[in-house]
Amino acid sequence: MGHQPCAIVGIGQTHHKSRRWDVSLGGLVREAARRALDDAEMDWDDIDAVVLGKAPDLFEGVMKPELYLTDALGAVGKPMFRVHTAGSVGGSTGIVASHLVESGRHRRVLAVAYQKQSEGNAQFALGSGKGASLGAGGAFAPFMRSYIYRSGAPLDVGPMVAVKDRENALKNPYAHLKIEDISLEKVKASPMMWDPVRYLESCPSSDGACAVVFTDEVGGREAEAAGRAPAWVLASAVRSEPASFPGRDPVRPQGAVDVANDVYQQVGITNPREQIDCAELYVPFSWYEPMWLEAHLIAEPGEGWQMVESGATALDGDFPVNMSGGVLSSNPIGASGLLRFAEAAMQVRGTAGEHQVDGAKVAMAQAYGASAQYFAMWIVGSSLDPYGS
Amino acid sequence: MAARTDDDIAIIGWSQSPMVRATNKTETQMLLEVITGAVEHTGITRAELDFTCAGSCDYVAGQAFSFVQNIDAIGAWPPKRDSHVEMDGAWALYEAWVRLLMGDVDVALATGSGRSSTADPGTIYPMEMDPYYLAPLGVDAMTFAGLQAQALVERGAVTERQMAEIAARTRRDAKDNPFAQVSGDFDVDVLLAEDYVRSPLRRHDLPPITDGASAVVIARGDKARELCERPVWITGFAHYAEIHYPGLRDLTKAESVTLAGKAAGLDEAPIQVAELQTAFTHEEPLVASALGLGPDVEINPSGGPLAGNPIMSTGLVRIIEAAARIRDGGTHRALAHSTSGPCLQQNLVCVLEGDER
Repeated sequence: MGHQPCAIVGIGQTHHKSRRWDVSLGGLVREAARRALDDAEMDWDDIDAVVLGKAPDLFEGVMKPELYLTDALGAVGKPMFRVHTAGSVGGSTGIVASHLVESGRHRRVLAVAYQKQSEGNAQFALGSGKGASLGAGGAFAPFMRSYIYRSGAPLDVGPMVAVKDRENALKNPYAHLKIEDISLEKVKASPMMWDPVRYLESCPSSDGACAVVFTDEVGGREAEAAGRAPAWVLASAVRSEPASFPGRDPVRPQGAVDVANDVYQQVGITNPREQIDCAELYVPFSWYEPMWLEAHLIAEPGEGWQMVESGATALDGDFPVNMSGGVLSSNPIGASGLLRFAEAAMQVRGTAGEHQVDGAKVAMAQAYGASAQYFAMWIVGSSLDPYGS
Repeated sequence: MAARTDDDIAIIGWSQSPMVRATNKTETQMLLEVITGAVEHTGITRAELDFTCAGSCDYVAGQAFSFVQNIDAIGAWPPKRDSHVEMDGAWALYEAWVRLLMGDVDVALATGSGRSSTADPGTIYPMEMDPYYLAPLGVDAMTFAGLQAQALVERGAVTERQMAEIAARTRRDAKDNPFAQVSGDFDVDVLLAEDYVRSPLRRHDLPPITDGASAVVIARGDKARELCERPVWITGFAHYAEIHYPGLRDLTKAESVTLAGKAAGLDEAPIQVAELQTAFTHEEPLVASALGLGPDVEINPSGGPLAGNPIMSTGLVRIIEAAARIRDGGTHRALAHSTSGPCLQQNLVCVLEGDER
């Protein structure tokens, strides 16, 4: 049997900030979920099942928080499912929720992902309280240096990505970091954190949540008829690979290549740069934009940086990347993947406001995690047959 | 019985580790052994696993991203379609089952693993409560279980003697379970002479602290028949949650157990065996009653969680034990139950059936 179509009819997110001390954990997820339900013109009772995603429980000090958050998310008397696939978890959360609809298990599923980094100390938790944490920047810096060495990319490419994403964030009312006077000079003048990544080329620590309402084909058609454009899930895929072994290429992980090939094949995409209108890629450090453009087969090996340098990935370029401002502008870790997936859906629904790409019909989103070894990806479209085949 | 179609999914292989108080193996090593065991039991290789899903818990492991190391045990090279739930392996199996329902891949693996010896469960478990109003009280799982047991005793739903009899019965049954940690013959009067740990719970009412892991292989219809002479079909699979705050619930009821049983089609035909994740003695009559199980249903013939309680794997082990009873013959239809959270907050039911013979 083939699986059933799945539509996205509601999207909500919080205003992401360093400290959302005005809300509890329950209040934070409820803020995003309520906005998604309002967007879908639904109420809590309309939801059949809830899928919750977040990165390590040690970050907030709440073990298995799906238990406590069952009440806040209206999941009493419903299935409540908890996903955790490292940094890719937000993406996996959306994929698991879409599978519940596509498999025919449920008609309407609410996916929620969050992180409230201010409740704890991520650096401490990454080292499991043993103080031995390298941190994400330190872990990824060697991969980025290796990319620069391999590709011969000019050193300005990283700062250019940072400027572009921070300019996009100025158009996104929910983005955490808004740096009005951002410039190449300002980025390059910021302190070097983990060579080659400077302070302004790095993601912030954010409190935030994202929620998405999924429904079946009937629900999607109803929303469409009511003038609320749905986004259709055209394909999704995940891949994992071990962190380290001889022969693994962490700069261009095989899992990143395979996950892209998988979704392209499902949709029938043979030329992603031409056939996809825009992309939200998980770029927590500037250099990851050209690295993912290559690993996901949008650019040839060694040529991803040229797309950045030529402005192709700018909001008005031919392949806009991270229209929302990306992870560089808001990073509630567990939610960051679902924010990418949600932004792609907003683009094809035409609801992205000032950061809308004109006429976007097909958008991709990606999230990755751990030592660049967990990948989640989906492609969404404004219709089930975006290429009119 | 309806003819099986390609959309039906069956359990075709499994493996569990010995249940021990403390292993000197890492969680990854435990998983390496049970995954190898499960694929060998199935007669396949890791390369034939189209999808894998692990269930484990960072707090039990005492480490953030603890499951990331466990990917080494899966053998995810070339890279695999893979996922992880911060839930018992029974829910990992649920995700794997949904993944196979999608129809594009045929074989999946689910695992559950936990090393409770890493830390003191009494310190960890208060952390799963509401962080603002309940966690600061430091109330551990035993105390919440005690509150529920007391409510059941006061309601007349169970007596302390019946609870001791459940402890004695399950540990006697566990003598035949080579994986069991606690087994043997116990005199109910002797058990009842002991002091309370948390009134009305005595030591025998509590599960042991256990390190352990388990793995289950499932496959879609035709593939299941191709790989396995006696597939065990998953005919129903559902889970539900209820209110987190024990104070807002009637603790003498387990409504989400009833919901899960109904949604899993439990009422459609009689079952012979029920493997329940009832880690405390008083939970057995509560869950059995919520599922409407009659006296003819054999409960926890493996000994159940009172004989070995590898947190994050305990539920998946119930599914293995129920499947094993069907595979071994004598049982046609069985159910497995898993739970999470204070006072049975979240419950899962999996209904299994063999082919007519």
